[in-house]
Amino acid sequence: MGKFFAILLIIITLVSVYPIVTHMWWMPEVVSAHGPAVDHQLDETMIGSGVLFITSQFVLAGFIWAFGNHKGKIKNWPGGHRPVVAFGIILVGLEILSLSFVGSKVWASMYITKPDLNALHVDVQAEQFAFFFRYAGPDGVFGSIHPDKINDGSGNYFGLDPENDVAARDDIVVGTLTIPVDTPILLTLHSKDMIHNFYVPELRIQQDIVPGIDIPLHFTATKTGKWEIVCTQLCGLGHYSMKAYLQVMSKPEYDDWLKQQSGD
Amino acid sequence: MRTKFFILLAVFGLASSAMLVTAARPAGGTITGKVTFTGTPPKMKPIDMSKEPYCQKLHNPPIKTQDVEAGPGDTLEDAVVFISAGDQGSSSASTPVRYDQKGCQYIPHVAVMMVDQPLQIYNDDPNAHNIHPLPKVNAEWNKSQPPGAPPIDTKWDKPEFISVKCNIHPWMHGYFVVLKTSHYGVTGADGTFTIKDVPPGKYTLTAWQEHMGTQTQEVTVSGGAATANFTFKAMPY
Amino acid sequence: MHDMSAEPAVHHLSPPQGFIRKHVFSLDHKVIGLQYYGLALAAVFIGMVLSWLMRLHLGWASLAIPGLQHLSPNGAPGGVITPEYYLSLMTMHGTIMVFFVLTNAPFAGFGNYFLPIQVGAEDMAFPRFNMMSFWVTFVAFLVLIAAFFVHDGPPISGWTSYATLSSVGGISGPGEAMGQNLWAVSIALFCVGQLLGSLNFIATTLDLRTKGMTLGRMPLSTWAWFITACIGLLAFADLLPATILLILDRTAGTSFFNPAGMVVSDTLLPHSGGSPLLWQHLFWFFGHPEVYIAIIPGFGIVSHILPAFTRKPLLGGMRVMIGCLIAAGFLSYMVWGHHMFVSGMNPFSAVLFSVPTLIITIPFTVATLMFLGSIYGANLRFTSASLFCLGFVSVFISGGISGFFLAQPSIDTYLHATYFVVAHFHFVMAVAAIFGIFAATYFWMPKMIGRMMNDTLGKLHFWLTFIGVYCIFMPMHYLGIAGNVRRYASFTDDYLVPLIPVHKFITIAALLTGAAQFIFLYNLIHTRWWGPLAPENPWEATSLEWSTTSPPPFDNFGGRHLIVHQGPYEYNAEGAAQDYVMQTDPDFVARS
Repeated sequence: MGKFFAILLIIITLVSVYPIVTHMWWMPEVVSAHGPAVDHQLDETMIGSGVLFITSQFVLAGFIWAFGNHKGKIKNWPGGHRPVVAFGIILVGLEILSLSFVGSKVWASMYITKPDLNALHVDVQAEQFAFFFRYAGPDGVFGSIHPDKINDGSGNYFGLDPENDVAARDDIVVGTLTIPVDTPILLTLHSKDMIHNFYVPELRIQQDIVPGIDIPLHFTATKTGKWEIVCTQLCGLGHYSMKAYLQVMSKPEYDDWLKQQSGD
Repeated sequence: MRTKFFILLAVFGLASSAMLVTAARPAGGTITGKVTFTGTPPKMKPIDMSKEPYCQKLHNPPIKTQDVEAGPGDTLEDAVVFISAGDQGSSSASTPVRYDQKGCQYIPHVAVMMVDQPLQIYNDDPNAHNIHPLPKVNAEWNKSQPPGAPPIDTKWDKPEFISVKCNIHPWMHGYFVVLKTSHYGVTGADGTFTIKDVPPGKYTLTAWQEHMGTQTQEVTVSGGAATANFTFKAMPY
Repeated sequence: MHDMSAEPAVHHLSPPQGFIRKHVFSLDHKVIGLQYYGLALAAVFIGMVLSWLMRLHLGWASLAIPGLQHLSPNGAPGGVITPEYYLSLMTMHGTIMVFFVLTNAPFAGFGNYFLPIQVGAEDMAFPRFNMMSFWVTFVAFLVLIAAFFVHDGPPISGWTSYATLSSVGGISGPGEAMGQNLWAVSIALFCVGQLLGSLNFIATTLDLRTKGMTLGRMPLSTWAWFITACIGLLAFADLLPATILLILDRTAGTSFFNPAGMVVSDTLLPHSGGSPLLWQHLFWFFGHPEVYIAIIPGFGIVSHILPAFTRKPLLGGMRVMIGCLIAAGFLSYMVWGHHMFVSGMNPFSAVLFSVPTLIITIPFTVATLMFLGSIYGANLRFTSASLFCLGFVSVFISGGISGFFLAQPSIDTYLHATYFVVAHFHFVMAVAAIFGIFAATYFWMPKMIGRMMNDTLGKLHFWLTFIGVYCIFMPMHYLGIAGNVRRYASFTDDYLVPLIPVHKFITIAALLTGAAQFIFLYNLIHTRWWGPLAPENPWEATSLEWSTTSPPPFDNFGGRHLIVHQGPYEYNAEGAAQDYVMQTDPDFVARS
């Protein structure tokens, strides 16, 4: 029985580790400037954890093999518990310190350091169950938001008041987040109803969108292409279908697109 | 002499029967008219359906929002005109009203039905929708309809103008107009409406348009037809 | 602390008469413990069936499940689960499992039964509070289950019930009217039951230990229940007012969690001044200690059972394990913000919460190392109970390691709300904590019902379950790394469709593993009526529960007041005649 258990543990460990090592199902391509640092942090953690995982499961298997149904003199761990406790504290302590130190820098670069002063501002409105994106238009000024004016059926997702608010008249509202490549982007995230979330796996970034709070999120996309923005915070029956597309264009293409939108 | 008498009697008998028969079903009159507007209505916006590529592909160029469907000659489509007072001879309705979700749009945009008339909601798209009517008097409900799901069978038990939306596709917006009367008409693309089978009499007619509100008019139906035209005042915002 | 050896050996309550007093409204902690266990057993089977329905839908979204339309014509027309019904099933699955299984069985169930016996007392300190705590919990369960039968169905906001989805009433979705109200009332009642239970555990541990039973001689299972009760007192005292505030926001027009300017389905709501994040703080300040309430008894139980099957005390003895559990319990109050790294809180707080979260790894690592080191050099005996203890070590390692990733905000920004999180908490709760319950059942059932369980069936149950849980939950890590978002009713996004085959594999594993649990259920039922009679000490174990009959008499020790002379784990003690010394042995003198 002990040998069977030990072999089973070893098989389970190897089979579990195999898809990780071979990247059978892995993170999609990284398309943001800060993304590689996140990937590096994950890779480092994966190596450290992988060694811990394999070692501890193999030790468990080894001990079960050696001492299963063993009869006779009992042995105690040589040196008693003190070296083991010390080993545990030091090993884990060192891993914690190093991962924390490096990791907090990565985190800070995404969420604490201020966005570029010349970042392109896009306003994001999340609602049950769609995202809408607003650009300031030729006047460069965003119109103010009036919740009592929100009317989805008339296409007024943001609650703009163009009748009284001149700045709102040229605001561009679209359903796809269209941005130029290699340009710092600053999103301001609003929710009108539930807590939602803005998540693009390829950008390696996500942020809850909370009603009552305007939350900034900044990043720079480093590749052109089209990816999905998905909601990860349970927001109601349509949560699984709440998505929009992120379209990253070359700068000339983006300028053309913007001109076209302003013309409408 | 006797033969003439009997012939007269027969004619009289036939004529009375005919009159009796026609008196039991008075001649149904028709109210027709046109709903128009003056001034500048708000500009309808093209709908960005990019979150649902199937629907986006169906509408190229994109369809526009439908809160004011203006036609040539300043006509209004999807305005509902109905008898709001003095109604008589209304019949109940058992034919189901059909409401389709097709290409991420509600067809028809405004569905009119009587109290307790069956309503059947179909999902004709390969993606899920949810139907979320927002009544104030009737009971609110919210149901999703995955693709291939059976139609939703429902009805309303109180008269009301009920706004309907899909949350999965927030641009989808329509109305269930629930009326007590069977005497109603909805304007078509040319802004005209027809109300059939109206017994002779004096009525109050109400015209409703979702953005512009309601207007009423008195109309008298005698000897077949009556006309009532409505003109709303439009504002750009 | 008065000397109880001089007291007459008479229970301060007279033995119960009649069926109702003996088996229904009983003051006896043993009956109450079994009642909690029975409630947990019913709950876990309901929770498991819910998980099957969820998993079937995730693998095959348009599958019609015959008969489901009769349970919920709105939720599953034609037997096909709608997205809202999926979320209802998920909410009820989580709520039932976390509250009515993982808090009930290891703590209220086994703790109620064995804590008084292990400290040598005749009953809990407050038997009437104890009876009330079970019946309040039972009513809470009925209130929760009632949500399945209301018109709009159970709530859809998850066991975490985040505002504002849960705090504005029916307009946010189906199930959010009456269903959510029932949920909140049920949880509030559950808190009351747990608070009463915690009071009992603490008072009994501190005041009713028999002569010679110093704190240092209490078995590690009792220590774990005591620590859990302390954690629970603070945690449930936080959740109870939170649920009341939620009910007020939903029904009384208050705005604790609802800010101004909310527009739900084109409807402007009248609330103003509230914060959705307040709910998250209140919930997770309870929620994180709660998951430790779920696992610490498991650690105590494994710490207690393993020595009986290694025939030696744990490496590190009492002090290291107690120190680890106290440290974990203490730190559990400092880490709640790690559920909120991307919640919109000030990002500096993420660094602040991540440090204690990583530090909490240390006591759990040391405890796991103690378990590992205890097997070295042991005379390891394989029984159903010991297999589940060894399995506990393996699955806790697996589950704990994924926590390492999630504790770092820079990685959590990618893994938050993906299946990686689902893998992590299922491994440590649904697997490790449940393994603790299984180990406890196989170990203590002979004492509780006086009959031995079938060990062959128990071992078969272990092998199938051990392999099964790895097949179910290990692939969820890969899904998470691929960015597979959680709480999705189906996978329609372009990048998720290729992952559906993995979900199908998990579903099949879940159904098979679930089927294996019927071996356990059959074993329980068969044992109850036809199992061979159990001796007083079938495992040659040392603690006080093995110094009385199987099952124990009404007052636990048949009129005797036991006097304790030994520690709880004198296995293979130097100079002893056998390889174990009972705690009541008056002659043996321990050398170390």
